[in-house]
Amino acid sequence: MPTKFIPDLNWSDVTPKAVFLNRRQLIAGAAALSVAGPAVAKLDYVKSDYSTDEEPNDISDIRGYNNFYEFGTGKEEPSVNAQKLTVDPWSVKIDGMVDKPGDYDLADILSGVTLEERIYRLRCVEAWSMVVPWIGFPLADLLNRIGVQPSAKFVAFETLVRPEEMIGQRYPILDWPYREGLRLDEAMHPLTILATGLYGEEMPKQNGAPIRLVVPWKYGFKSIKSIVRISLTDQMPETTWNMQNPREYGFYSNVNPTVDHPRWSQASERRIGGGLFGGRQDTLMFNGYEEHVAGLYAGQDLTKDY
Amino acid sequence: MTLTDRINQAARRLPAWPIYIVGVLLPVWLFWQAASGALGVDPIKALEDRLGLWGLKLIVAGLCVTPLRRFAGVNLIKYRRSLGLLAFLYIVLHFLTWLLLDLGLRWEQALGDIIKRPYITVGMVGLLAMVPLALTSNDRAVRWLGSARWQKLQKLAYLVALSGGVHFLWLVKAWPVEPFLYLGAILGLLAVRMIPKRFRLAA
Repeated sequence: MPTKFIPDLNWSDVTPKAVFLNRRQLIAGAAALSVAGPAVAKLDYVKSDYSTDEEPNDISDIRGYNNFYEFGTGKEEPSVNAQKLTVDPWSVKIDGMVDKPGDYDLADILSGVTLEERIYRLRCVEAWSMVVPWIGFPLADLLNRIGVQPSAKFVAFETLVRPEEMIGQRYPILDWPYREGLRLDEAMHPLTILATGLYGEEMPKQNGAPIRLVVPWKYGFKSIKSIVRISLTDQMPETTWNMQNPREYGFYSNVNPTVDHPRWSQASERRIGGGLFGGRQDTLMFNGYEEHVAGLYAGQDLTKDY
Repeated sequence: MTLTDRINQAARRLPAWPIYIVGVLLPVWLFWQAASGALGVDPIKALEDRLGLWGLKLIVAGLCVTPLRRFAGVNLIKYRRSLGLLAFLYIVLHFLTWLLLDLGLRWEQALGDIIKRPYITVGMVGLLAMVPLALTSNDRAVRWLGSARWQKLQKLAYLVALSGGVHFLWLVKAWPVEPFLYLGAILGLLAVRMIPKRFRLAA
């Protein structure tokens, strides 16, 4: 026996057309996002005479091969694990021997700054290298704005500690937070930059978003990532790798082919992206920036101040 | 029938030669992957690491054979030669990758590294200790040396394993877990060999 169909929905139950369309847009938008990946803002920048004319590495090399132990010790791990990191909001504590200490929002640090593209060689202490088109501005710009007091001799930096988002920090692989430092004259040198991007776009998280140091004549580990604190001090600051193994990692850690790491030679390097038969190239004194920075170390014995 | 009996029965039926075939194909596959970009943007390092690690795995596997027979009654002795020879092959390829592809035959730097860098020195000791083991891995060598002397010579495998474990731990930065696990396994496998024979557990 056929039963009669009795509708239990009224017109009031119908989804209004506007809401219905909106939902479709949302879904379409989400789909587009998941295909294109997170939207990255293009940065406005000017070119710089400090750039090398060497061919930069592929962006996939730069984004896919990272030493960022906060996100794992494997080279490919940061590109996966760093994506959880919240980089907005971001504030940097600036303290110590400065005229205007305080917690600065990243936007305040960047306001009025002219971003430059600096294509630099990057030489890792592990004897590999890349060429990276950073976007950033001289650290000296910031230091001048906050006013360095005459007694200050060094700049100390710290990376964010947030084990919930930085999986590597759940293990005592290194003594967190990651710490680095520069002598004031090194920090004020025009080659020393704070970078907020690369390849014309915002800094990928695995490369040290949202703001990191780049000191091209030193081994890569000096160029501290995801900075949350900058302190001016009159004492040589503690630095992470030096704390971990003082014999192997000095405070200066200038790229120097004549001073070997105790466990491996620094005379040559493997350029990432060269493939299986790319071979090696000679490492240059101060990573090729000798004419610019050798003067900083006049009178110093670089085998002692390694 | 116990699990031990089943494994032993299967081992009687399964010959060792397929291990050689699979074992030789692995480096070919790794090399192909490295050349085609499948091992990432630093293929030389990746190939070097993988060959070294597979070599170390096989060395550890080879060290397991005797304790397995003594304490668990599992007899896999007929496979031990293939494990050892393949380990030798991988470590030789690991060395050649370093010398030819990584250092690009920079002899001066290579020799300097072997002499001055303790972890490379230790690695070379391990590789050299494998040479007499590989050379005497055939039945003729056993007959020529006599069983007792041959067995004594095979104890070099302990030095090989220790060198390999130390080499791995010594080359890493910071303190990742993996090299400790390998060295721990090697030390453990050597330690059980020091248990006096009267503690034999299994039939």
